[in-house]
Amino acid sequence: MNNDALISFAIALGDDSMVLGQRLSAWCSRGPYMEEDLALTNTTLDFIGRASLFYQYAAELIGDEATEDTLAFKRDERQYTNLLINEIPNGDFAFTMARQYLLDVYYSLYLSHLQQSANDTIAAIADKAIKETTYHLKRSSQWIKQLALGTDESRERLTNALEEIQDYCNELFLNSAAENSLLESRVSVDREPLRDRWIAQVNALLAEVNMAELDLSRTIEGGRQGIHTEHLGHLLVEMQYLQRAFPDLEW
Amino acid sequence: MATIIPTLHPLYSARLSRRQQSSNPELWDTLDSVCDPELPGVTLWDLGVLQDINIIDNSIEVGITLTYTGCPAVHTMKQDIKTCLSQHYPDYDIKVKVLLSPAWSTDMMSPEAKNQLADIHIVAPDANDHVQCPLCNSANTTLLSQFGSTACKALYRCDECQETFDYFKSL
Repeated sequence: MNNDALISFAIALGDDSMVLGQRLSAWCSRGPYMEEDLALTNTTLDFIGRASLFYQYAAELIGDEATEDTLAFKRDERQYTNLLINEIPNGDFAFTMARQYLLDVYYSLYLSHLQQSANDTIAAIADKAIKETTYHLKRSSQWIKQLALGTDESRERLTNALEEIQDYCNELFLNSAAENSLLESRVSVDREPLRDRWIAQVNALLAEVNMAELDLSRTIEGGRQGIHTEHLGHLLVEMQYLQRAFPDLEW
Repeated sequence: MATIIPTLHPLYSARLSRRQQSSNPELWDTLDSVCDPELPGVTLWDLGVLQDINIIDNSIEVGITLTYTGCPAVHTMKQDIKTCLSQHYPDYDIKVKVLLSPAWSTDMMSPEAKNQLADIHIVAPDANDHVQCPLCNSANTTLLSQFGSTACKALYRCDECQETFDYFKSL
């Protein structure tokens, strides 16, 4: 077993959830109404919990002094390997829900394969996470319909959101070097074949509400190599502030 | 109408048989006093969180499973388990381990959990999400939010008596 690849793989999956969780947490007390505020923050918890499980496993593999907290709080921007779609700022509510929907569809496909991973820990995390994702997807697809069929303004905001985010979607279906090296042992999941099913599912919902199909002709990538947009640094500064200022501080 | 014979879900039975076949049944009984911090009156056993207890040398190892991965109550649960067991077994080192597998499901809940939830006016999970008002029993209810005050619950309103209430989501 290639341990370095397994560690990178687990950390990258943790980073995806950590960064999205941190993004979503910024909606706390800013939701459009009370119930939605609670829903967004509960979704946040699911992603932070998911990150925590992947990080715990990575830390166990790394050994030494590594913990889930050192992985979350003591790595710099270039060491974070999340997919870029997770780090884009929340924008308005339509943007946040559009991203969430695209990611929920992706996770429902990806995790259903990850459940078959030959690595028991990774498969167990996927078993747990997919239940939450199924629930998230119910809510986010409902919101896409509501925004598309709501008012002129909600539809316009959703249209703008999809146009802005579509270039980040192809990266979801690119295998990292670590993933490629773990394919043969069936630890990782080949992302490429998932793309067509994802597109079909997303476009089917968009067609249902008379929205244009996604234009996936462009690809912005680099997250898995630690090459990020300008936004991740700002996110980490805020998230890591306390541990940087007062190292190892505990509650 | 045909009589429905209540059957136990395999996920619950698996837990039950671990408890019944345990060589230290008193440990399980002791922990029956520990409730979920967010669901007063619902014990960790009945909720399906408590999975296994073993004595290994000088330590008691308790295995629990998380309802939701990010459930913030887990820290309090761990602490409550430690506090409870260390009062009764001061000579042992108490360890609480979070198990990843099997993933928690509402099917792990005990049949008693439904009554315990009803006592605090939370509607117990239903596989088909048929949600009845806990106060007036009307089936005429509306989902207000897919998430309630905690990740495990959804918020509903009764359209008969107008009461809002929590529904424990089926997972």
